Amino acid sequence: MIVERNITCIVCPIGCKILVRIDGTQLEIVEGNKCKRGIEYAKNEAFDPRRMLTTSVLVNGGEWPLVSVKSSKPVPKEKLFPILKEIKRTAVNAPVKSGQTIIKNVANTDISIVATKTVKNNKI
Amino acid sequence: MVEPEGIKVIDHSADVVVIGGGPAGLAAAISAKESGAEHVVLLDRNSWLGGILPQCIHDGFGVEETGTSMTGPEYAEKYIEMAEKQDIDIMKETMVLQFDKRREITAVNKNGLHKIKASAIVLAMGCREKTRWNVMIPGDRPSGIYTAGVAQAFINLYNIMPGKNVIILGSGDVGLIMARRLKFEGANVLGVVEILPYASGLPRNVVQCLEDYDIPLFLNHTVTCINGKERVEQVIIAQVDKKMNVISGTEKKIECDTFLLSLGLIPENELANNVGIEIDSITGGPTVNQYFETTLSGVFACGNCLQVYDTVDVLATDAKNAGKSAAKNLTIQKKDKKIITKVAPGRGVRYVVPQIISEPGKVHLTLRAEKPRESSVLHVIADDKELLKKRLLWANPANMIGVDIDIPLEVMTTTQNLEVMLGDC
Repeated sequence: MIVERNITCIVCPIGCKILVRIDGTQLEIVEGNKCKRGIEYAKNEAFDPRRMLTTSVLVNGGEWPLVSVKSSKPVPKEKLFPILKEIKRTAVNAPVKSGQTIIKNVANTDISIVATKTVKNNKI
Repeated sequence: MVEPEGIKVIDHSADVVVIGGGPAGLAAAISAKESGAEHVVLLDRNSWLGGILPQCIHDGFGVEETGTSMTGPEYAEKYIEMAEKQDIDIMKETMVLQFDKRREITAVNKNGLHKIKASAIVLAMGCREKTRWNVMIPGDRPSGIYTAGVAQAFINLYNIMPGKNVIILGSGDVGLIMARRLKFEGANVLGVVEILPYASGLPRNVVQCLEDYDIPLFLNHTVTCINGKERVEQVIIAQVDKKMNVISGTEKKIECDTFLLSLGLIPENELANNVGIEIDSITGGPTVNQYFETTLSGVFACGNCLQVYDTVDVLATDAKNAGKSAAKNLTIQKKDKKIITKVAPGRGVRYVVPQIISEPGKVHLTLRAEKPRESSVLHVIADDKELLKKRLLWANPANMIGVDIDIPLEVMTTTQNLEVMLGDC
């Protein structure tokens, strides 16, 4: 069965509306993408939708109570909440450096959770 | 200003003083230094640099500028490192109280009162959020009402949850991003209410913040009343007609404990206003020429206090140019600015920056469409002569439009006004 679907690209701020035709595991771009990145995005979105995950992790003894974190690569959409659950159980000790791995292989996804901010020790 | 007794007055002088250490101020200061200004001072009232970026923990920053998507804190740290390497004189926790027409800045911090004589000033004070009182929402005044950015700071910087059952008014980017953020932190996001027939935030945020989590978006709706004694208990939402008048009988009660406002941003220009710098009533920012110079000589403006940008990428590019102009201002002998051409928004266009062209040559215009359009044509008209005609595949008020145009000398000598219009194909 051939299905037509509109996919809004989220790669850049333009947000192209891409019309695709899906036939089983085959995908054909009909129209709408203004650049090549849209083709890649539409394919992934149709068969294996993924999102970058950004949230925060508790910090002990830091100048801030939290450090912002991101997934090392986009995570499958259905894994977002299991990963968030594991992140909520996690705390790190200050100092934290931006780029530092906070959790490896989070929720058995082979994806890491990485700090996106530098948090120094609390001065007190 | 009268100086109170016992307060230490510290005198300084600098080539370029940048007011505000957010992304615009950082980019302007770095660029001023790179363009040859020897002594650059960067002032910020917070204890950290980067402005709002550290609380914008989502990604999507820097895509247009660098090709890679960064989170807000990562983007900020990149610029902070550059500023520190460039030997910029950074003064944090320093509040600018005023500056005068001779560009003498009065600022205060723990060490005392500072008087800074600046050869050039770059304004980069950013913007603040509209509140309930900007749109006059009737009802009670309970706790649980926050602007989206304040809720964002609570959650992302201070580890405080603002509430459990949340309604958001306004579909600007901060509101959309907060809908997802609250969902991630376990809150029920009951819906985003938008008075316009379309979302005001970027399309990618409608998809990845609302649609991904089945959060309802109530278009053509507004909040007509807030109810609650101690804490918000419910809000009333209602449908509006094409003229944005509430359609009676469409009112619906939504039980909630938290009400977030994402109504748009107001450029922060008290300092500019006090010294008599002309403010554009539509952008809310200073009127500038193509070098980002305001109507007060030697004072430049950039970032969200000039106009509210939709991405930090474009903001930083403009801010770098403003910083460069401020540095060059030191060496260039000012010509008599007798010829000035004004740029005005025409049909289909809400505003254009710069508002003044003071020299012929290549000029970069940024503008916003009045409403979303599919394909359209951008016209730049001098009297009855068309200077530029450009086809656009799309136009959306959420996406600022940038266009380069060459303004010949003869146009400037014969025309006092340029008009920028968006029309159908």
